[in-house]
Amino acid sequence: MKLLLTSLFTVASFVCMAQIKTLSPGQPAPDFKLENVDNKQVSFKNFSNAKGYIVVFTCNTCPYARAYEQRIIELNDKYASAGFPVIAINPNDPEVSRGDSFDEMKDEAKSKHYKFPYLFDEGQVATNAYGARNTPHVFVVAKTKEGNVVQYTGAIDNDPENTNPNKIKYVEEVINALNKNEKPSYTVTKAIGCTVKRKS
Amino acid sequence: MCGSMKQFLLMSFLACLTFPVCSQKIYLLKIDQLENRLHTGKDTTYIINFWATWCAPCIEELPNFEKLNDQYRNKKLKIILVSVDFKSQLKSSVIPFVNKKKHKNEVFFLDESDQQEYINRIDSTWSGAIPASLFIRDNKRKFIEKQLSYRELLHEYQTF
Repeated sequence: MKLLLTSLFTVASFVCMAQIKTLSPGQPAPDFKLENVDNKQVSFKNFSNAKGYIVVFTCNTCPYARAYEQRIIELNDKYASAGFPVIAINPNDPEVSRGDSFDEMKDEAKSKHYKFPYLFDEGQVATNAYGARNTPHVFVVAKTKEGNVVQYTGAIDNDPENTNPNKIKYVEEVINALNKNEKPSYTVTKAIGCTVKRKS
Repeated sequence: MCGSMKQFLLMSFLACLTFPVCSQKIYLLKIDQLENRLHTGKDTTYIINFWATWCAPCIEELPNFEKLNDQYRNKKLKIILVSVDFKSQLKSSVIPFVNKKKHKNEVFFLDESDQQEYINRIDSTWSGAIPASLFIRDNKRKFIEKQLSYRELLHEYQTF
């Protein structure tokens, strides 16, 4: 019986893992309706003038996310007015990841003066729909005639420590290309990061 | 001079054997070196765990690899703990951590800067999230991108 339970548990955890599939460039970007740190509901529809979105799965706690926080703020400063606002979503389950509660998200957004939404993903619905795997994990989305389409997934740049003046700024390059109606040179990149804390 | 140096080294070596007070060595590792070693492993089962000092679930999981190593000491099992910390943290965080923990498993620091390249070379399905572990024996391999409880680790090893 114990063996059976162990096997079932193992099978269940694999099924769980197998469901997490990261969206690929070219796939539709599903809309969401999530609560922002100002208690208002936010979805793509809130940005009627946008040409697209920089959707960033990021959090309060991960050192990599912390290292990129200022760069996320700067991305929004630079690209919101050019039609690509940042929408930050915290993918972590606050019970598993202490420090990522809705209240602590509010504190973080307030202290760093976020000018972009920082959304609480109740039940990790958007996190699973996008297949966010680590923090920070970026999805650049463009509004097209066919709807919202993923253009790029991955890292913000190739320099987490922010020490290389010749770093490749992937997200900026992608948006610059999209703004010129060109195909982005980068569509998928990878980076070391903290795993998304999923409800067990 | 030379004689007393030799004596000193010998004493240090003996002290290392007798008392668990010595610093643990941590070597820099290139991805080529790791691949070469895994290719020559034949019937040894390698478990390579990727971790970092800043990664809380990694730190939680590390003792499980020590426990597995203890339990299967007489088997052809080799566990290698590979830190993917920032290089700027090597002296300030990684070495002090490793010295404090005194892992019996070998510990390396991954000395590569191009994450695009090395993440895919370790496994094409790896997103880069840690903790992550790679199981290899001869041509067989399995990559697991999650924190493993001891029960899960044991199960993965026994069924590999």
